[in-house]
Amino acid sequence: MFDTISGLVSTFGPSGCENKVAEVITGMIRKHVDEVRTDAMGNLIAVKHGRGKKIMLAAHMDEIGLIVTTIDEKGFLRFGTVGGVSPVIALGQRVVFENGTTGVVWYEESMENMKDARPDKMYIDVGAKSREEAMKSVNIGDMAVFAGSPVKQGEIVISKALDDRIGCAVLVELARKCPETDNEIYYVFTTQEEVGLRGARTAAYSIRPDMALAVDVTRTGDTPKGRYLSVELGGGPAVKIKDNSVIAHPAIRERLINCARENGIPYQLEVLDRGGTDAGSIHITAGGIPSGCVSIPSRFIHSPAEMINLRDAENAVKLLEAFVKI
Amino acid sequence: MNRQDMIGTAGGDCPEGLIETLKKLTTLDGVSGDEKPVRDYIIEIIKGRVDSWHVDNMGNLIAFKKGTGAGRKVMLAAHMDEVGLLVTGINDNGLLKFKAVGGIETRVLVGKRVRIGRDRVPGIIGYKPIHLQDASERKSSVKKSALAIDIGAKDREQAEEWVSVGDTVAFDYDPVEFGDRKIMAKALDDRSGCAILTELLKNRYPFDLYGCFTVQEEIGLKGAKAAAYAVAPDLAIVLEGTTCYDLTGTDEHMMSTRLGGGPAVTVMDRSVISDRGLFRFIADTAENGGIPWQIKRTVSGGTDAGRIQVSGSGVKVCTIAVPCRYIHTPVSVMDKSDFFNTLRLAQEVLAGLPEWLEKCGREAGSAPDND
Amino acid sequence: MECRELLKKLCSINAVTGNENAAAQAIADILADYCDEVRIDSFYNVIALKKGQGKSPRNIMVTAHYDQIGLIVTGIDENGFLRFTNMGGVDPKVLAAQEVTVHGRKDTHGVIGTKPPHLIPPEDADKPVKMEDMLIDIGYDAEHARQLVSVGDPVSFRFPVIELKNNRMAGRSMDNRSSVAALVEMLKELKRINHDDNVYAVATVQEESGLVGAFMASWNIKPDLAIAIDVCHGDMPDVPSDESFPLGKGAAVAVGPILSREHTRACIRLAKRERIPYQIDAEEKDTGTEAAVYSSALEGIPTILLSIPAKYMHTQVEEVSLDDIDAVARLAARYIAFRDEVIQEGDSHE
Repeated sequence: MFDTISGLVSTFGPSGCENKVAEVITGMIRKHVDEVRTDAMGNLIAVKHGRGKKIMLAAHMDEIGLIVTTIDEKGFLRFGTVGGVSPVIALGQRVVFENGTTGVVWYEESMENMKDARPDKMYIDVGAKSREEAMKSVNIGDMAVFAGSPVKQGEIVISKALDDRIGCAVLVELARKCPETDNEIYYVFTTQEEVGLRGARTAAYSIRPDMALAVDVTRTGDTPKGRYLSVELGGGPAVKIKDNSVIAHPAIRERLINCARENGIPYQLEVLDRGGTDAGSIHITAGGIPSGCVSIPSRFIHSPAEMINLRDAENAVKLLEAFVKI
Repeated sequence: MNRQDMIGTAGGDCPEGLIETLKKLTTLDGVSGDEKPVRDYIIEIIKGRVDSWHVDNMGNLIAFKKGTGAGRKVMLAAHMDEVGLLVTGINDNGLLKFKAVGGIETRVLVGKRVRIGRDRVPGIIGYKPIHLQDASERKSSVKKSALAIDIGAKDREQAEEWVSVGDTVAFDYDPVEFGDRKIMAKALDDRSGCAILTELLKNRYPFDLYGCFTVQEEIGLKGAKAAAYAVAPDLAIVLEGTTCYDLTGTDEHMMSTRLGGGPAVTVMDRSVISDRGLFRFIADTAENGGIPWQIKRTVSGGTDAGRIQVSGSGVKVCTIAVPCRYIHTPVSVMDKSDFFNTLRLAQEVLAGLPEWLEKCGREAGSAPDND
Repeated sequence: MECRELLKKLCSINAVTGNENAAAQAIADILADYCDEVRIDSFYNVIALKKGQGKSPRNIMVTAHYDQIGLIVTGIDENGFLRFTNMGGVDPKVLAAQEVTVHGRKDTHGVIGTKPPHLIPPEDADKPVKMEDMLIDIGYDAEHARQLVSVGDPVSFRFPVIELKNNRMAGRSMDNRSSVAALVEMLKELKRINHDDNVYAVATVQEESGLVGAFMASWNIKPDLAIAIDVCHGDMPDVPSDESFPLGKGAAVAVGPILSREHTRACIRLAKRERIPYQIDAEEKDTGTEAAVYSSALEGIPTILLSIPAKYMHTQVEEVSLDDIDAVARLAARYIAFRDEVIQEGDSHE
């Protein structure tokens, strides 16, 4: 599992530029499915044919990032955010462009209060002395993501982009297991979730599954003076009851809980008062698709150092394997 | 058919007729939800240029030109609606209460002329004289609750003879050509896109072309949703008027676009991340054609492209826009050269599309590769 | 059943948004008396069909959401108190000292208590209390609580309907059971008059959590005309007069960019002709109701929005007037039956 995760998080893929991630995933699962295709939005759709129910499993390939909007005459880059990047968390971080160029995110030092940090008072420094020099490696419209390699420490993995490469890894591992079922399984690796759950909408529209599950990260409530949530790192995959984008269909939720109980898989229940996942756009597509979500507990989401527990991911695979045999 | 035939106006100055069309379009009123006057005029212009047209349930005008070749569907979209006001109540004293339709900053409303309803009843929006404001009022910003439209009526009963709750209100400003090739008018966002689209509909292409003049863009990209669903295009290009704030004292990265810098092509805004390949193709077309162009530099705002992209099974989209200073006010300003270059770029892009679509078709459905 | 009793019955049903499964059958049973067929779909939308008598009937869809705002259990602490968050738009300010029902393994009575003033330091006296700092007390210890309640259980406000003066009633979930009552009354009226077109009367789900049921209803039925029935703000002190409507003055007919100009004007002409009391509700944005979904659904569906003024919306004491429910019901029914003739009389501006 860690190797799969490692391969995925190290691949460049901010919203709108997921093609490299799609390539890597294709390489990992092509042998285990019947068909692989991409659609107009870049979603990667892998199908294991069957005559039973159509089940769509969705994990998003995109990660958050920054997009260059201006290069000033001294070679400093101004940027906008791609997805939910907190300006405060981005301060002082290394970011890397598709071609490997590394930059540092800093702020206009005349700013008095860190809480005022906003993209238009910040910049990326790639060490160029002038606009011409900067433009040899970077262009307006280019995107950068947090830099950093994944670390495995006991059961814990620390890395950027676990949101949602961990979900992708779970689906890859599931595909590799070739769950025995007559149901038709769509492993959908979606695009542009971080900017508005966009890819999932068109994928669901073209597939029209009988039911769908998103596999994404969720936060935990177990850090010092953390915002309350009944989900802990290591407590097992979380069955989503609701978040701001979707209320999981009760039948899907019940089925997941039963699968967990019947197979001795640890699980938790998740009630999120904010945030959204691909299930949010899937469930209102084409007349309504009963949907739910299996969440991987993660700390420090949308930072360069997200943290998950491998056991939670492995148990998520087991849970999905049981579920798809519905 | 060679490329030269496909391009209506090759080089030279902007077709003067088109500037007149644009100016006329800005004088018509089409606040979101009430676009009929604009639509009727556009129908008159395009009906001889297209194979068929119809108006859907929302008021979108969808024009169709069959392609000479195999069946790709290309959608061009420009929105007919403009920001304005809606009469929400009539006071006992005959003044009209209103709310903004679309994004209008309260402070631009002060001291303006407006027209109400299809009868274009003249009105004004005044403010408490400075002499009568106390110290704290003088220092504070315009209060929306203090604004009302005055049509000169002496009381509610009289006002009701001419206007009703629910009437739309447009700014009453005629277009003015001034300065160095500049035009000032209301609603350049997006009558400039509409004017360009009427011109593009003169030509026939190898692909099926749907010219969609959409409604209700300013209140949430609504018309485009229905139009895209009905048309189900493979690809869509949105023609817009976009933000430009290139005034002295603005940091470069806050300007968004520059007047005179040519058509602005969108990589990303809050509604959409343009299809990378399509963006590249449009940028290359501009470069190869020697057409000045710029990237829209801020990631704020939204256009019909956002709604079209996620329609159905997904559509490749990109937006090409004319930079407009003071957008969403009655005195927006654009440069005629930007307008003409936007038209030229759109013409060149459409001319080169068949080949590009061919290339995409060969790549689609197969395993993802480095595009 | 008379409207007063109908409304009381409807308001006694618990259907916290997203948890309509337990209530769907009760709603279906109520609608069944007045239509030809009723079914419940996989999301618990209740779809009733009253067939038209015409030779080539068109399809009209009239919807009223039946979900209500409420709370959801997010945790059970070591003392048996329940932590919670909101389902739909709940203002934390209305929760102090309120009774609730926790729908766990069985319905359990609970109360959201408050710190007595004696114990609140003076500097905190004016600070609003956040929902994450509130607790539901069901009176059990942790072990017992955990047997009865789990994370994810819905919680509804307890407030039986009160009859006030002037034909008015107050209680929780007038948003939107008053509209469901109007839906039923509309079906009753349609039984009395001849109508050519098919009427799909749909009690939809999850409006309070994202207009979800509306997406499904419009997609599956694909009507020629959609009428959404919801509540609008009743007049209260401190609320602008162009955003609120007096109770008892009739149905609020919405006009604005997303509503069908032709149908809205025809509907108003009909109201005048039939002497059904009405008011004009100018909506400059997308109304925040199911109408927003219908107007741009599919290829666009012509949409009307009729609203019942409700004071104190999203509190436990939402107040409506039975006269307004009656006005909405009659206007909807008669528009369905007579709209062709009224549209023909329309002004040439259209």
